Amino acid sequence: MNALANLGSVVAAGPIGVEPDTGETVTFWVCATLAVLGGLGMVLSRKAVHSALFIALTMINLAVLYIAQDALFLGMVQIIVYTGAVMMLFVFVLMVVGVDASDSLVETLKGQRLLAGIAFVGFLGLLLAGVVEAFDGVPFVGLEAANTAQGTNVEGIGALIFTRYLLAFEVTAALLITAAVGAMVLTHRERVEPRKSQPELSTERFAPGRHPVNKPSPGVYARNNAVSMPALLPDGSTAEDSVPGPLRVRGDAREADLLALAEAEHLSAHEAVTVDDPYGPGPGQTDRQASGEESRP
Amino acid sequence: MNPTNYLVLSAILFSIGAAGVLVRRNAIVVFMCIELMLNASNLAFVTFARMNGTLDGQVVAFFVMVVAAAEVVVGLAIIVTIFRTRNSASVDEPNLLRL
Amino acid sequence: MAVITTGLTILTEGAPNPGEVVAASGTFALAPLLIAIPLASAVVLLLAGRRANAWGHLLGTAASAASAVLGVVLLVAMMGQPEDARTFNQPLWTWIDVGSFSADVALQLDPLSISFVLLVTIVGSLIHVYSVGYMAHDPDRRRFFAYLNLFIAAMLLLVLADNYLLLYVGWEGVGLASYLLIGFWYHKPSAATAAKKAFVVNRVGDFGLSVAIMVMFATMGTFSFAGVNETIAAVDPDTVTWIGLLLLLAACGKSAQFPLQSWLLDAMEGPTPVSALIHAATMVTAGVYLIVRSNAIYDLTQTAQLAVVLVGTITLLMGAIIGTAKDDIKKGLAGSTMSQIGYMVLAAGLGPVGYVFAIFHLLTHGMFKAGLFLGAGSVMHGMNDDVNMRHYGALRAAMVVTWATFGLGFLAIIGIPPFSGFWSKDEIIKAAFAEHTVAGVAALLGAGVTAFYMTRMMAMTFHGKARWEPGVHPHESPAVMTVPMIVLAVGSAFGGLALLFVGNIEEWLAPVVGFEKAAGPIPTSLLIAMTMAVVVVGAVIGWRQYAMRDVPRMAPMQVSWATRAARADLYGDAVNEAVFMRPGQYLTRTLVWTDNKVIDGAVNGTAAGIGGLSARARRWQSGYVRNYALSMLLGAVLVGAALALVRFA
Repeated sequence: MNALANLGSVVAAGPIGVEPDTGETVTFWVCATLAVLGGLGMVLSRKAVHSALFIALTMINLAVLYIAQDALFLGMVQIIVYTGAVMMLFVFVLMVVGVDASDSLVETLKGQRLLAGIAFVGFLGLLLAGVVEAFDGVPFVGLEAANTAQGTNVEGIGALIFTRYLLAFEVTAALLITAAVGAMVLTHRERVEPRKSQPELSTERFAPGRHPVNKPSPGVYARNNAVSMPALLPDGSTAEDSVPGPLRVRGDAREADLLALAEAEHLSAHEAVTVDDPYGPGPGQTDRQASGEESRP
Repeated sequence: MNPTNYLVLSAILFSIGAAGVLVRRNAIVVFMCIELMLNASNLAFVTFARMNGTLDGQVVAFFVMVVAAAEVVVGLAIIVTIFRTRNSASVDEPNLLRL
Repeated sequence: MAVITTGLTILTEGAPNPGEVVAASGTFALAPLLIAIPLASAVVLLLAGRRANAWGHLLGTAASAASAVLGVVLLVAMMGQPEDARTFNQPLWTWIDVGSFSADVALQLDPLSISFVLLVTIVGSLIHVYSVGYMAHDPDRRRFFAYLNLFIAAMLLLVLADNYLLLYVGWEGVGLASYLLIGFWYHKPSAATAAKKAFVVNRVGDFGLSVAIMVMFATMGTFSFAGVNETIAAVDPDTVTWIGLLLLLAACGKSAQFPLQSWLLDAMEGPTPVSALIHAATMVTAGVYLIVRSNAIYDLTQTAQLAVVLVGTITLLMGAIIGTAKDDIKKGLAGSTMSQIGYMVLAAGLGPVGYVFAIFHLLTHGMFKAGLFLGAGSVMHGMNDDVNMRHYGALRAAMVVTWATFGLGFLAIIGIPPFSGFWSKDEIIKAAFAEHTVAGVAALLGAGVTAFYMTRMMAMTFHGKARWEPGVHPHESPAVMTVPMIVLAVGSAFGGLALLFVGNIEEWLAPVVGFEKAAGPIPTSLLIAMTMAVVVVGAVIGWRQYAMRDVPRMAPMQVSWATRAARADLYGDAVNEAVFMRPGQYLTRTLVWTDNKVIDGAVNGTAAGIGGLSARARRWQSGYVRNYALSMLLGAVLVGAALALVRFA
């Protein structure tokens, strides 16, 4: 801790021989520039992963600025908790979710960007005006006294947290636990029954009312293979299952055996099959045509 | 060093975050923008602490961090859940608030 | 008879002070029954429904007859009293009692009201009897009798009331009965329209009466006859004039006087007995009753009296002229009624010299005009309800009784001595000459015109050649109809004589209305001779034109403007239409337009505007979280800007 404190004072004090404020000024302008660039990059970059990296940059620079302002503990927490844990969580979720169309930068809401720009400018202007109006020329009191009152910065914060802000601290603890439980509840998917073993699956497949193999295809054993034509089973009956369910429900399934019967009669009577047979010419058409001509009186 | 500089930086970062919330559609990026806004406010708190010579501002910033962590945990869980059901992380997608 | 004697003894024992209003007791306490009996009968007939169909007409006639008998009993009892103690007051109950306002239901029986009671009940009873035959084939005969009884009750309330407010109740009651009876055959659009017209025109007059009552109460604090008579002398003369004019307006409405005369001719759409009872004999004379009853008011105001005379004179000429041009027998008689009531109003406007004769003429007119109407009804009965006199002719042989009774009525109305009309009308002409020469000349002329149109009616109906419609077989009416006609014919013939010389009507009414002998510039004998000459001239012209010559079956179209005007009721309806109806319609249309476009437009426009704004505002609710976030940020900017303005300004 002492090393860190020294680091803070060194950064704040700047290089030796230079005016005490100069170090901080340089630090500020470098870090501030980087932080703003990081923020802009986060908003403007097309890929979410890049955004994550940009905001990590901003956060690290902010951590430096915290330290420069005698907030050693916060600076460290910023780096470890924020940049380390929280941003890793972000990246991890990005990995789960992947990239999708929402990564596109094309605006879909009409006027959203223009209004957002106006709001941005207006809000920023107001904030800046307020800040400048309220704090311009107000000097820093400095934290040397406060930080050294309890020993170090960390001890000072600890003393405050466990005395004045104890209740808030306890509530925060409850909040954290609740958040953890909530995250678990939200993401957890419970399995209500044990995974089935292979013998169980096999038994299920052969249970009554189930087809152990594929259902017969429609029209396989009928004279044509239209999807509405049921397959003929070896015993001459039709396989109702072979016609898709929606067709059966609509009543579009045809009676294969009747058609076959009619076909047989055609053959036996030697009559010509009309050309506009909706099911197309079948095998032996020429034979039948010939026989039809013969039978004509 | 003038404290105004820090506060101006804080304001700029906050505004960038707010604008980002408005223009980005990826829920995760929107979250990052919110984090940026929280960080900007933290910077302001730290600056105020230094201006006033007390550590209370830092304590508040600390609490903000804790709350932000909790928020990120729950928010990302929600995003993951939504992504599971709708297969999208766009904030425009669940516009069920409409009639 | 026992009742009468007990009543007499009680009253003689009571020995009231002369000239004072006496509390009714003994026989006179029966007065409320006069009203109650027909009213109860009407209620029974209206509520009993179809099961009363068999005996409803009998009950109605019996109720009317009972009132008539009671009226006679009261008359006899009253005649037993000293001349100046014949006014009896009977408070029944307090009707309204609010603060300083108090209205009693009280009846006043005096020579004037008993005269009306007898006219209403006796003529009414005769017409009830007649209606039994006339309405025999009407499925709604029970309802008819119920309305007739209702009318009798209301009319008796009108004449027996001891204050103007109660009179107003009866006034409205007879208006209602008149409306119901004119529209009795409401399935005929003409009847329904005529009923509505009568009702609306009467409303105008009723308005006058109600305002008059309000003015009385406001200025005198009372509206009882006795109270008004006592205090009227102390009232500002202008107010008295206004009361008189308002009462005249009321009388004009009820009595079909100019300018509210237009409803009476249309009222002939009602059944003929109704025309006879309500629109000839009784109800339409209520206006005359009102003026005579208010004699204390009119005696104080020359202006209102002059207005009354003016109205009477104009109406008597108008009615007579209209009567000359009508081919519809009932409308001809209706014109005649207007004219005769004009005589009465004229007389009533003459002051103490005329009041008595107004009532006298009213009574004789009630008899002969009812008889004439019943005769007309009898003719219609025999002619398949045809009313066009051009389709009559030569009916004397077919209906001798009707001819005889109608003829007696005819002689009475044109004023041939010694029939009743002569006595009353001649006195009015004499009084008119005494007060206003112009009115006297008009009355004299009116008598001539009356003779002309009545002769025309008589000739066209009973004489000349038959012009009947094919398939019409004229026949005499049954006895139930002819007997009342005969009774009324006897009244027409001798009623005047009896009233004047036996009943001594001048002295009989004098205690109530006052009486002065008229002293005109023309000697009575000369006046009678002049009147007779005018009447004879009119009758001869009529006879020559309508009995000696052929009457065309179709009314000739090529006629003078005067005839055209008379046929159009002297344009009374046209004037009403142009002056009141059209502007009223335009006003209504303007109001409807304003209501639809301006008021509804404002309301609907506001609603539509808000709806449109809402539809636009709804688009803000896009469902996109980013939109909401934008709104929040913009809102924050606005709030911040406002704060900054306040802070820095």
